[in-house]
Amino acid sequence: MSEAADPTALIELRAVSKHFGEGATRVDALVDVTLSVFPGEVVGLVGPSGSGKSTLLNVVGCVTEPDSGWMQLDGEMVYRDRWLRRDLRRLRLEKIGFIFQTHNLLPFLTSTENVAEVIELAGASSAEARERSIALLGYLGVAHRRNAIPAQLSGGEAQRVAIARALANGPRIILADEPTAPLDSQRAGVVMDLLRRAANDQRGAILVVTHDEKMFERFDRLVRLRDGRVEGKGRHESAAPLVTGSA
Amino acid sequence: MNLAVRDIRHNFVRFALTGLGLGGLLGIVVVMIGIYEGALDDALRLPRASSPDLWVVQPLTKGPFAEPSRIPSDTRELVRRIPGVAAAGAVTFQTVQAVANAKPLRLYIQGYEPGRLGGPPSLAAGHGITQSHYQIVVNDSSGLRLGDHVPLGPFDDPYTVVGLTHGMVTSSGDPVAWVTLLDAQAIQFAVAPPLQRREKAAGRSPLVTADINAVLVQLYPGVSKTTVAHEIERWKHLSAVSEKQEEDYLTVFVISKMQQQLGMFMGILIVVAAVIIALIVYTLTMDKLRSIATLKLVGAPDRTIIGLIVQQALVLGVSGFGLGVALTAAFKGYFPRRVLMEPRDIAILFAIVVVICLLASALSVRAAVKVDPATALASG
Repeated sequence: MSEAADPTALIELRAVSKHFGEGATRVDALVDVTLSVFPGEVVGLVGPSGSGKSTLLNVVGCVTEPDSGWMQLDGEMVYRDRWLRRDLRRLRLEKIGFIFQTHNLLPFLTSTENVAEVIELAGASSAEARERSIALLGYLGVAHRRNAIPAQLSGGEAQRVAIARALANGPRIILADEPTAPLDSQRAGVVMDLLRRAANDQRGAILVVTHDEKMFERFDRLVRLRDGRVEGKGRHESAAPLVTGSA
Repeated sequence: MNLAVRDIRHNFVRFALTGLGLGGLLGIVVVMIGIYEGALDDALRLPRASSPDLWVVQPLTKGPFAEPSRIPSDTRELVRRIPGVAAAGAVTFQTVQAVANAKPLRLYIQGYEPGRLGGPPSLAAGHGITQSHYQIVVNDSSGLRLGDHVPLGPFDDPYTVVGLTHGMVTSSGDPVAWVTLLDAQAIQFAVAPPLQRREKAAGRSPLVTADINAVLVQLYPGVSKTTVAHEIERWKHLSAVSEKQEEDYLTVFVISKMQQQLGMFMGILIVVAAVIIALIVYTLTMDKLRSIATLKLVGAPDRTIIGLIVQQALVLGVSGFGLGVALTAAFKGYFPRRVLMEPRDIAILFAIVVVICLLASALSVRAAVKVDPATALASG
């Protein structure tokens, strides 16, 4: 816990723990989790259900407060036994992009509006937000669907729009929760390629929760959780089952 | 970006149907307010038509509208002689049920002495009463036209319509009609021949035609109403009240029940409108919980979420209000009672609608603010 922070890491957690409930109902969701993700890395977070993947994603996303340890995001110490920053909403808006399993696009907004809304929340004008949104949609290959609402988009298109929204404010940290789950392998591959491209272009760190073993080969590293503990970390070298080992 | 407008656009049919229902409901509220204002205005038109300075009525009564008042017809002459009195007119008031053009007709008849106070206000058509008997000036809402004949009194004497007024009805909506004082007394007090014979055989006088209901008094400029009223009460043993007091009797004693009744209905309808707004906004909010969680997760402040909900409630309420006012304005002519839309009342109702919209959205705002942004992320 006293270990010094690595200035090059975009996501860095040291001895982070989190539990829910007390007594007989106590569940240790995270136990002394230590993790570093560096610029340009796409890291897979894997493990069985209930292993703590979502809790870890919520903690990194500053949605769930840990019990102990410390956490640094994009060079800023945000948690050390307590939140160090009062306005976590602003932190999420500026530093973190979220991608969900079921795109979670606002159903009443068009693709452009879904992306522009996040840009406007950060303080941009409507015109600027719209311009940047269209550019982002173009970057992700869905500019032609900019006026469609989510119900009119295919699963792959919706997920691309969701990625555009996650990238809207140029965050260097992207958290993705099963982003390829509803997609067939071809479209899932396209989405992973886009995430890889975003990581390279923005020198960002991408942490992806996934169950999809076919996607494992696309990660730079896999972090495996079991019962709230990091079981192993390793650079993936084949499409074989999860590789564990030292980072 | 206005999320509320975009959500409304997305759920337009639901919003439109709710707004339509709400518009109808608020339209009924506007109509009720309008009916009350119309009744109030109608009730005051009659006493204001002659615009007397004083009303002289039976002692210890609040006549002639709130209570019966019966005084001798020579009262007019007695009052006229009091110093400071410029003019006086004897009047009677009564409601009659007649048949005209084969249809039942209810009239509120005012008897007056032509050339004195108490006659009809400006005429919309025809002329005033020029003969001592059997001429009538009536409000156009009666459906009568110039030259029509109306049988009135115990002998069904035919009265000819010689003049028409506009907008002169009672608080009950009955059209007002004017006849000469002599005719009014005959209509009110004369009895049919068989009864006359019976009364005479019993040694009583069956014909009492010398009574009136009130005397309208106009004073010379600068003369104190209070002083003259005091004189009348002290020396003539009559009640004398100002025009303002007479109007107060009407509003407090005659139409206050209607005000309370309509007020109760309006209160209930406004509560129902608030429940409808609350229900629909709550349902819409519940449908959007995941979107709200997502917005919070990506960094939207609470004010964005609250704005979304409150604005939707306001759009719903204000559009329903606008529709209600528009419907009332379009159809108010079809109501049997006059619907008077006063800008002051509309403004007050608008303020009430805004307040109930804010209250109705409170439940939804509470639910939305409590949403955990983590729910936007799938469990793992």
